[in-house]
Amino acid sequence: MEIIQSIEHDVNVVRITGDLDGNTAPTAQAQIMLLASPNVKIVLDMSEVSFMSSAGLRMLLVMYRTLISKSGKVVLVGLSEDIRDTMSMTGFLDFFSYHETLDDGLKTLSLG
Amino acid sequence: MERVDAYPTREYQGFKLRPGKSFPFGATFVPGGVNFSIYSSHATACSLVLFDKGQAQPKVEIPFPDEYRIGNVFSMIVFDLNYENIEYGYRMDGPCDPQQGHRFDSSKILLDPYAKAISGRDVWGQAPNWENIFPHRSLLVFDDFDWDNDRPLEIPMEDLVIYEMHVRSFTRHPSSGVKFPGTFAGIRQKLPYLKDLGANCIELMPIYEFDEFENSRIHPETGETLMNYWGYSTVGFFAPKSGLAATGKMGMQVDELKALVKDLHRNGIEVFLDVVFNHTAEGNEKGPYISFRGIDNKTYYMLTPEGYYFNFSGTGNTLNCNNPVVRNIVLDCLRYWASEYHIDGFRFDLASILGRDPSGYPLSNPPLLESLAYDPILAKCKLIAEAWDAGGLYQVGSFPAYGRWAEWNGKYRDGLRRYLKGEPGLVEDIALRIQGSPDLYSSRGPTASINFITCHDGFTLNDLVSYNDKHNEANGEGNQDGGNDNNSWNCGWEGPTTDTGINSLRLRQMKNAVAMLLVSQGVPMILMGDELGRTQNGNNNTYCQDNALNWFDWNLMDSSSELFRFFSNCIKFRLAHPIFRNRWHLSNQDRVGSGYADITWHGTKAWNPDWSSSSRLLAFMLNGKHARGGIVEDNDIYVATNMHWDSHWFELPRLPEGKNWSVSVNTSVNTPEDIWEVGHEPMLDNQNEILLGDRSVVILVGK
Repeated sequence: MEIIQSIEHDVNVVRITGDLDGNTAPTAQAQIMLLASPNVKIVLDMSEVSFMSSAGLRMLLVMYRTLISKSGKVVLVGLSEDIRDTMSMTGFLDFFSYHETLDDGLKTLSLG
Repeated sequence: MERVDAYPTREYQGFKLRPGKSFPFGATFVPGGVNFSIYSSHATACSLVLFDKGQAQPKVEIPFPDEYRIGNVFSMIVFDLNYENIEYGYRMDGPCDPQQGHRFDSSKILLDPYAKAISGRDVWGQAPNWENIFPHRSLLVFDDFDWDNDRPLEIPMEDLVIYEMHVRSFTRHPSSGVKFPGTFAGIRQKLPYLKDLGANCIELMPIYEFDEFENSRIHPETGETLMNYWGYSTVGFFAPKSGLAATGKMGMQVDELKALVKDLHRNGIEVFLDVVFNHTAEGNEKGPYISFRGIDNKTYYMLTPEGYYFNFSGTGNTLNCNNPVVRNIVLDCLRYWASEYHIDGFRFDLASILGRDPSGYPLSNPPLLESLAYDPILAKCKLIAEAWDAGGLYQVGSFPAYGRWAEWNGKYRDGLRRYLKGEPGLVEDIALRIQGSPDLYSSRGPTASINFITCHDGFTLNDLVSYNDKHNEANGEGNQDGGNDNNSWNCGWEGPTTDTGINSLRLRQMKNAVAMLLVSQGVPMILMGDELGRTQNGNNNTYCQDNALNWFDWNLMDSSSELFRFFSNCIKFRLAHPIFRNRWHLSNQDRVGSGYADITWHGTKAWNPDWSSSSRLLAFMLNGKHARGGIVEDNDIYVATNMHWDSHWFELPRLPEGKNWSVSVNTSVNTPEDIWEVGHEPMLDNQNEILLGDRSVVILVGK
């Protein structure tokens, strides 16, 4: 699992590559949380995540709860069909706004 | 602040340990590790057995050091486990002396009775590895689901319309069109359908982990694999069945079921579970060691003086429900489902067993039933008993209720069925059933009565009007299984026919049934698919059929739209009129000074019901000023039922000045005029009398 961060305008783009599971989720969480300043905007680009376990989903939701408590915003982009289905069936997807492409995600955050 | 107990105090083969906490039982996350706690009244030693997921052999077996046992409880914290990749079980040592009730076998690895998820049957129907030394494995589960502001809905009992459903059957048929057929997620995708129908409660047939391969066999003639399809045979009481979850293969069945409950609640629909505490999947002395038998046989099972298993359940063993230890696990289990899964109510399979003492005798004041009735967590849950068992105890009307328990009213089912098929001599019985069975539940009120005409046991509604006899050959038991007391009538031909007269009578009979059901006081229950005329080809016991006999065929939505419309309008009519939903019995008197009794009885002549033994006609009027005991005002409602083979004129009771009768339902009229939408009922031209066609029901609204 690897995380690459960049900034597009005022939005943090976090690109995760690899699997998100019990082994990698804590690391991912720790790195992303470094960005958790008030009013932060984050796009999580998941297009290179091939597998996400229960721990990965929980990491996302913890991150979401932390960010909104700081009036931040987070958008998911590039979810694979499998991951989107899993997130939908387990109720995790209900919490997130998500878009197909990075551009759409960026647009949503810039407008919001 | 960091906790002192976040550090290990001992090491065993590289695993870091610490004495655990006895409470809570099961496996629980604690800082840095997992607390394992299990009890046995008779074990002399216990080891925790850990597997890496899916591996044939354990990665380690950690014996509980003697000082890790308090009383009969073994507990231990193990640190640094990769919780997503761990399966665990226990090995117990103790006496093996069947005559004394003990069957310890230290060669077996045992499932935690408190396991919150179980692997081994991850995907429905996927053939297991029969050589597996530990086929049903306990998993670790996070209980951190994000419910937002959800909690059980607490819809008043009298306002419920229950829809009994099998999770797999509902969407397994290819015609369902859902992405993950046969799963909890599939139900979620069909929420719009449930909303259209209008039921506000779904009762799920067993969803506790069971083994669909238990006693599975090949039908000698058809070659069909027969399975433990319905699932009335529990492997683990705390775990949702993995094979009913699309995410079961990822071990996320807990989240998937919770997401379903949350979504149903968001749509105003309660969730009941059909729970099976009367026996387990371990069978009799020839059955497998899964859990209880090897952990504490003598405590968990009702045993004969010789050490054999009592069989009040008809399935080989009987859970020893009124042993104090077993009572507690049942209570722990229900509390867990109510608090962790926000379950709204429970229906107890063969509940009379729960009132038997350890020797099998019925108790007058069964401690388990009392504990459940008074429990603070379960306080708002609906508790429903199937008030009989396979050992001959029949308690419909006399189940120990403690002001809480409702019952599946078998007498309602039988009476309505016999009346529907035109048997004479039933009008007095029907009058009681329609009032919520005050003869059975005088002090408990109509909400003690779950009214139903069909349920998973027995014919579907379509088959009730299409078959005189059961046709269970597909079950491979020579048509010997299943009940013979069906009280069914085929309307003139056994099974499907192209005779339009018979088919139209069958359709009318189904409408008659649901119309009477939904104007009865008490709580109506509908069987999944009856609203579309689902058939099981005359099979009245499809417990083993993983095929179209059970699967809900969604193509019926086109061919049975008339029946669906009738059902859904009947449900909406009931929910629009509080007069059908009284919490207390009707008095047959005028206690609010309306000039009319709350319910009055009529026949072909108003005010003159025919109670004679040859009568097949009955009409009644509910006076609107008495709705909910006179607290709210509703319309007057008149219901006439003619189960005779001839048509009859019914004289209508006169309404107060300024009110007229409008027609809501007339089952002898062709669609779409068989039923009218609530509020759009047309006024009758003739306010004095109405013709009821042969075998038909009319419902009028006075407004």
